[in-house]
Amino acid sequence: MIRVQQEDFDVGAEIARLTAGNRAIGGLALFVGLVRDMADREKIDAMTLEHYPGMTEKKLAEIEAEAQRRWPLEASLIVHRYGRLEPGDNIVLVACASPHRDAAFDACRFLIDWLKTEAPFWKLEETGKGPKWVEARDSDDRAKKRWVAD
Amino acid sequence: MKLMYFAWLRQKIGCGSEERELPAHVATVEQMLLWLETLGPGYRTALADRKSIRVAVNHEYVGAGYPVKQGDEIALFPPVTGG
Repeated sequence: MIRVQQEDFDVGAEIARLTAGNRAIGGLALFVGLVRDMADREKIDAMTLEHYPGMTEKKLAEIEAEAQRRWPLEASLIVHRYGRLEPGDNIVLVACASPHRDAAFDACRFLIDWLKTEAPFWKLEETGKGPKWVEARDSDDRAKKRWVAD
Repeated sequence: MKLMYFAWLRQKIGCGSEERELPAHVATVEQMLLWLETLGPGYRTALADRKSIRVAVNHEYVGAGYPVKQGDEIALFPPVTGG
């Protein structure tokens, strides 16, 4: 399941809903991304996440389908926020449930790595020196490449 | 054809989306970028660094040689930074 939304999410409630009634699930792994208050030694007051409605949902659905294809998942969830967020706020939740932990851990890592390089989101940070677009990192591309050519 | 711009491309070009007639001589993404550069200084600045530009046609990432046609939704944006 995927959701793109402005409002916050409750991690506990999301997990409860994701696993409700499914007794085949033996393990659940999750990743939560939060807004930091520092970036490149500069203080961040807030950030605004922009996205491409339509393409975002399509890419997230493709990424999730790929994870379902690669691992025996009982359930999966991606929730990504957009709009103005402050340090400490949730940005993204990725959760994967499987009969066993290896698949849950691997699929969760795969989803966040791919999302970071494929899903059309952009971060604009508010700093003391004014607004600044976050630049893509080579390390994100390398993280994704770990999952290619399997 | 619907053109969409995101992040600093939107700011430099000065709008988030626009409808334009595709000129007859424009058949690929690369030709479209060359044509867009002729539309004004904002476009020229925004498109100067091709390595920092990603192109999506109808919600799919495409390369410079990909065909474009009237009726497409074409988006230009910098490398993504979500998650």
